[in-house]
Amino acid sequence: MTVPTPPTTRGALERREARLAWSLLLPTITIVSLVIILPLLAIFWISFKPVGLADLRPVAPVIRESLRERSGEMVIEYRVRNSSQQKEIVGLGFTDTLHDGVTLGVLPEPCSVDGSALRCDFGDVEGGFNERIRIPVTLVGDPDALEEMVEGTEPTGYGTGDNILTNTEFTLDNFARIFDGDEFWSVLWATTFYTVFGTIGALVVGLFAAMLLNKSFRGKGVLRGLYLFPYVSPIIAVAFTWVTLLDPFSGSLNALLIQMGVVESPINFFGQRPLALIMVTVFEIWRYFPLSFLFILARMQSIDTDMYEAADMDGASPFQKFWYLSLPMLLGILSVLFLLRFIWTFNKFDDIFLLTGGNAGTRTLTVNVYEQAFAISNIGAGAAVAVVIFATLLVFSFFFFKYISQEEGL
Amino acid sequence: MRILRQGGVTGAVIGLFWAFVMAITVSVTLSFASGLGFRPGSLGCLVLGVAGGLALIYLRNARMVMGGFVLLCVVLMFTPLSPILFGEAVPIHWQLMAVVAFGVFFIWPLNVMLVEAHPGALSRHAFEDAVIRFLTGFGYIVFTAVVLIPFYVMVMTSLKSQQALLRNPLDFSIELSRGWDLFRSYSELFGQFNFGSYLWTSFYVSVLTVLITLLFSVPGAYAVARLRFQGRAAFSRSILLIYMVPMIVLALPIYIVFSMTGLRNTIPGLLMIYPVTTIPVALYMLQGYFRGLPGEVEEAGLMDGLSRLQVIWKITLPLSLPAMVSVSLYVFMIAWNEFLLAFMLLDDPSKFTLTRGVAMLNSSEIPRQHLMAGAVIATIPIMALFLGLERFMTKGLTAGSVKG
Repeated sequence: MTVPTPPTTRGALERREARLAWSLLLPTITIVSLVIILPLLAIFWISFKPVGLADLRPVAPVIRESLRERSGEMVIEYRVRNSSQQKEIVGLGFTDTLHDGVTLGVLPEPCSVDGSALRCDFGDVEGGFNERIRIPVTLVGDPDALEEMVEGTEPTGYGTGDNILTNTEFTLDNFARIFDGDEFWSVLWATTFYTVFGTIGALVVGLFAAMLLNKSFRGKGVLRGLYLFPYVSPIIAVAFTWVTLLDPFSGSLNALLIQMGVVESPINFFGQRPLALIMVTVFEIWRYFPLSFLFILARMQSIDTDMYEAADMDGASPFQKFWYLSLPMLLGILSVLFLLRFIWTFNKFDDIFLLTGGNAGTRTLTVNVYEQAFAISNIGAGAAVAVVIFATLLVFSFFFFKYISQEEGL
Repeated sequence: MRILRQGGVTGAVIGLFWAFVMAITVSVTLSFASGLGFRPGSLGCLVLGVAGGLALIYLRNARMVMGGFVLLCVVLMFTPLSPILFGEAVPIHWQLMAVVAFGVFFIWPLNVMLVEAHPGALSRHAFEDAVIRFLTGFGYIVFTAVVLIPFYVMVMTSLKSQQALLRNPLDFSIELSRGWDLFRSYSELFGQFNFGSYLWTSFYVSVLTVLITLLFSVPGAYAVARLRFQGRAAFSRSILLIYMVPMIVLALPIYIVFSMTGLRNTIPGLLMIYPVTTIPVALYMLQGYFRGLPGEVEEAGLMDGLSRLQVIWKITLPLSLPAMVSVSLYVFMIAWNEFLLAFMLLDDPSKFTLTRGVAMLNSSEIPRQHLMAGAVIATIPIMALFLGLERFMTKGLTAGSVKG
């Protein structure tokens, strides 16, 4: 008699299921790789290249055509220009179609005509190349209509410029540039301060808020909804509101503080070191405490109340109950939230960008990406900062998977 | 510590702290409401706080204490012992209101805090209860103030005129005499700044983002949750990993590619990016939900001759309608609030989304109330959704909060 054993190879059913699974996932995988994986690879590529904002417009020939009269004789004038001041164009030239009624005179050096097609070749030209070609013409017919016709057809230019994004020129300048000098350390300090205190602050404040609402009373739902406002509203709305509220000249908070006699003269909250960094961190705490509050509250409400009743019987005081019973139960969710918020705070860009624009010592790594790439127009340096961010994140995600995956539900 | 646990001392100390909390609260509230000058009087708070705490501990008759206390406050109103001090131009009825409000909101909660306290030594339990009640009351006030004040300022600023704001930044009273003119910044935003079109752009971009996201994430989530295939665990993990890639890192290459292909400044360009940022969240939330559904119903469907896709369409989707609502709301919120990509990719004012439109108002030439009116316009739809569907929204937030 044979003993039934589980199959050792994959059956037809199982293979069919796997095929279905992959076909269901394929669209997602495709679109995600296109928009996330490819750009990620691209950023590594760009970080080793000296790319400026201006390089995004490829080098191209610019050709203008006009018909004009010169010392009693009609000429067609072509202005041929290299759009770049620095980069050369290989095989520059243009073609144009001639009209009936236009007869060309003596052709200048680089041009030739074939039937009704005019063609001028300049070969390889340097950056800043700028030349006028004048071809004398004789016109038969209405000069105005002819002028319109001649200028109406666009000459087609050709020639290829070297594209910095696709060539094989690599350099470490971008990295040297961002790691060089004190600025990098101040950026790193701002990032660390913002991330560490923003994360811890949001957790602690969220814990307090959760404790406040962890009992039933009338109006609890309203308060819970209210406390979520900062997180739900658009960043653009709340950031500008804070800027308005804390404005040194017309801000209500300064007016209030002066009236209360707390300060003598208005405080420039977002404009001076080190207050600006503290304020953006406070803003971060304000905006993201609702999230930790929501999670901690959910976990609190799933704790068995029997335990507290037993503790009450044993005469435990409220603080003892919190410290010895609630806190250990919340430790799991708190550590998960810490890790998640830590990563997300580290990644945060919009908040600081809208509040201070990275001024007054609040430039974090993410803001630095924008600053390098768009304010200084050095895309390569911006990409190099992005690579630094990405490398740091890889380290974080290692911890993330090591600890988070064990936590059920996240 | 032992001295602190004497009923009288506990009452006096908590009374003292609460008096300051209340005096500040009343002053700030009335200042914001009227624009007049109110501030807490330290000496008055000190004396009245201690007196109130002691009175509640030793007299034990809250109603009587409250009556007497309010009267005392009114009497002290004109002396340096007043709990709240007034600026020069504060009319008498405002002063009276401030002092009475202080009296009521001081004694009434304090009585609740001290309900278990009594003269003589307190048990540790009774003492900590009193402290916790004080901290709770304090917490409610601080949290509510901290959350509400910015939103209050946002709405009220949008209704003011530039001159009124500069004259007194604290005055948020509504000048009803202006009538419809109150909403001038709103009508100007819609009339001159094209906000109607921004609102519409944001709306349809968000709705399309939700639809595209669901289209991709429902099959994906089902596969991850229900089907067995090699690489399932790795796939789940890579979903989570994608959450962690910051947008600013991706924005740079996307900007470059879009500039070169002419997708920059176009709505289809945005619609290629937005769903991809939300698909991982949606996929993650949905697969968690699908996994929680009983598998037997689906198996019964399979036995009855339905194909897998029919099972998804006819059984799984109807069962997971609440999850779909949560996910849709959450994705809608992300797309509606999105700022960075819209800011980087859109330059042409005729194509702005709402957040990009509001960012445009942040210039020194445009008065502040227009910026705040823009902020209100951006906030109202999401708030309305949130308040109307709070249950789903909270669920969506908890499930999808990995997205920061």
